[in-house]
Amino acid sequence: MTTARETVLGRVRDALALAPAADGAPVPRAYRTGRTLPDEERLALFTDRLADYKARVHPCTADRTAEVIAEVLREQGAERIGVPAGLDPRWLSAHDGEVRQDSADIPAPSLDALDGVVTASAVSCAETGTIFLDGSPDQGRRALSLVPDLHVCVVDLSTVEVGVPEAVARLVPERPTTLISGPSATSDIELERVEGVHGPRTLAVVIRTDA
Amino acid sequence: MSATFLGMPATPPRSPYGTGNLRGDRKFPAAAHDELRNEQLRGNLGRATRTIRAKRLTVTGELPDWEELRDAGSAIKTDTMNRLPELLEELERNVTARGGTVHWARDGVEANEIVARLIKETGSEEVIKVKSMATQEIGLNEHLESLGITAHETDLAELIVQLAHDKPSHILVPAIHRNRDEIRQIFLKEIPGVDPSLDNVPAHLAAAARVYLREKFMTTEVAVSGANFGIAETGTLSVVESEGNGRMCLTLPDTLITVMGIEKVLPRYQDLEVFLQLLPRSSTGERMNPYTSMWTGVTPGDGPQTFHLVLLDNGRTAALADRIGREALNCIRCSACLNVCPVYERTGGHAYGSTYPGPIGAVLTPQLAGMDAARDDPNSSLPYASSLCGACFDACPVKIDIPSLLVELRHQHTERSGTTAEKLAMKAAAGVMSRPKVYTAAQKASGLGRVLAGRDGKFSHLPPPFSGWSESRDTPAPPEQTFRAWLASAEGAATMRAAADEHTRGGQPTRDQQQEEDK
Ligand code: SF4
Repeated sequence: MTTARETVLGRVRDALALAPAADGAPVPRAYRTGRTLPDEERLALFTDRLADYKARVHPCTADRTAEVIAEVLREQGAERIGVPAGLDPRWLSAHDGEVRQDSADIPAPSLDALDGVVTASAVSCAETGTIFLDGSPDQGRRALSLVPDLHVCVVDLSTVEVGVPEAVARLVPERPTTLISGPSATSDIELERVEGVHGPRTLAVVIRTDA
Repeated sequence: MSATFLGMPATPPRSPYGTGNLRGDRKFPAAAHDELRNEQLRGNLGRATRTIRAKRLTVTGELPDWEELRDAGSAIKTDTMNRLPELLEELERNVTARGGTVHWARDGVEANEIVARLIKETGSEEVIKVKSMATQEIGLNEHLESLGITAHETDLAELIVQLAHDKPSHILVPAIHRNRDEIRQIFLKEIPGVDPSLDNVPAHLAAAARVYLREKFMTTEVAVSGANFGIAETGTLSVVESEGNGRMCLTLPDTLITVMGIEKVLPRYQDLEVFLQLLPRSSTGERMNPYTSMWTGVTPGDGPQTFHLVLLDNGRTAALADRIGREALNCIRCSACLNVCPVYERTGGHAYGSTYPGPIGAVLTPQLAGMDAARDDPNSSLPYASSLCGACFDACPVKIDIPSLLVELRHQHTERSGTTAEKLAMKAAAGVMSRPKVYTAAQKASGLGRVLAGRDGKFSHLPPPFSGWSESRDTPAPPEQTFRAWLASAEGAATMRAAADEHTRGGQPTRDQQQEEDK
């Protein structure tokens, strides 16, 4: 008996024989790549795009990271905070509330009890206001930055690229990667935008301008 | 499979057509006739498509290299189709190497069986689902239901459609035909334990759905998703979404089953740089959608620990064997062509009778499931469900020349059905949009010239009423306005009614039998 695999692949080959391909012209990649911009302009562009998605943006110098994070958490009334195991513990040193370190054997539903989560990030794209998380130890498993209602994400300006091609080039394909552009949103009811359906309803981005 | 005779240069067999939700019960004019009476639908659709259109133009206009991105996107997809066998094998190899399991499905029936078996093996009796065209196409939810497995749609619009026992009417915003009052009623009736004082404010409705679905996300052990892209080079799968329901489904359950059409494969990881720019801007008019998830096989300690990928043919190889069909397979389901289409704007998605509505549906559906005029197939009316104004081609991020493909399909349809030019003219006149006067008014001069010149210059023998088009190239009438005005007029309504009557008299349509051949 022929397997479905052989049948489907056979059909694909038959189809290509029935209607042969035109010459395989190389893919033209004349779109913009390899762009750079001075720090200030990249920061301005990124901030503008994030604000457009209704994310809260907090630029600061690296030495103020803990202070700014604590301020954001206070502002949001978030006390019980989850952090990935590899996050720099000093970042939460100014926070008065509880800090729980995540680990893979904590059942994901119990993350629902957290008021918020603080993570780092891998790469960002200024032009689209997109932050990429890749599951590195300072970003944690995907569920951690998904279930709680507040996500405070720390971005080093040095990891912010101008455009999508530049950002994609910095990714490691095998890592589970999440692209975040603003908080969860829907426009399914009469196209009226509502922030927050299932993911975090609030996204705060702390941009460390000298890191 | 049948044996090949040695020594004979045999022509390879054409693949069988797909099964599932790829065919309506009625021809387009008849179905459209009823939908046109739905004021709610038309109002919602008009507003929605206008809004998305404007946003799309703003964000695509922002990119000085938009045309170069379209060129690249189109070329990558063409290259993909030409190298499909090796790319699929490469994808399979890489998914397997990373701990996933790959399954192949010849058609919708087989895909449904595979998914159902995989769910049964987990012992679970319910699944959460990410919005997916492929599973809609094969009727997975209905199949699972028949086996006692409950499939919960988790995209807000899909949830609304599912709770209302309704069908999606738009690729991107499936519940666009519903308003907030209707949605409130649906929630009050169908969501267990919903607050009876729930009002019709979208934010409150979304919050009610959040509470309802959160419990499902936290307790359901199996998820079913589609995929926007599957990268051959790395085995990476990707889902693009807004609400976070996709992330929930892709992350929280123990088992993930992804159903992907074989045409969704992309050669290289780098190709994402093109499609992550083309898709969101064309689709929702955003620079980037709120969430995109990418995963490669299984990651210990993060996300589902069992991953199945089901690669679906279901008519795709039939489409691939046709020059026209192959181009339609390039579609990345952004829905831009729906939002610019004057016909879709009036009739909505249900009139097309298929999972794939709008301009691309009119091309893709007959390619996937066939059309046979002799048997009065509703799909044979789809290539006529267009004003050929060319707006869809201009909007398409991968440059699918939909108007030319529709003309080619009309041509194929007339050839196959043995219809004379005269009969075609009559048929065209009875169809929704095909009065010469209407065409005259509806054509954009540029689009008209292109269609007349034809794809590869092949359509030099267009029958009337098409033959009169060239005289009207300088028609100054604003196309959409005149067209809509006509459709709204008494004359337009009368034509629609006549068309509807004619097709009702035509008797019950029979399904295309060809799909049975390969079983
Ligand atoms: S045909 Fe083009 S415009 Fe239409 S949905 Fe597909 S990709 Fe988008």
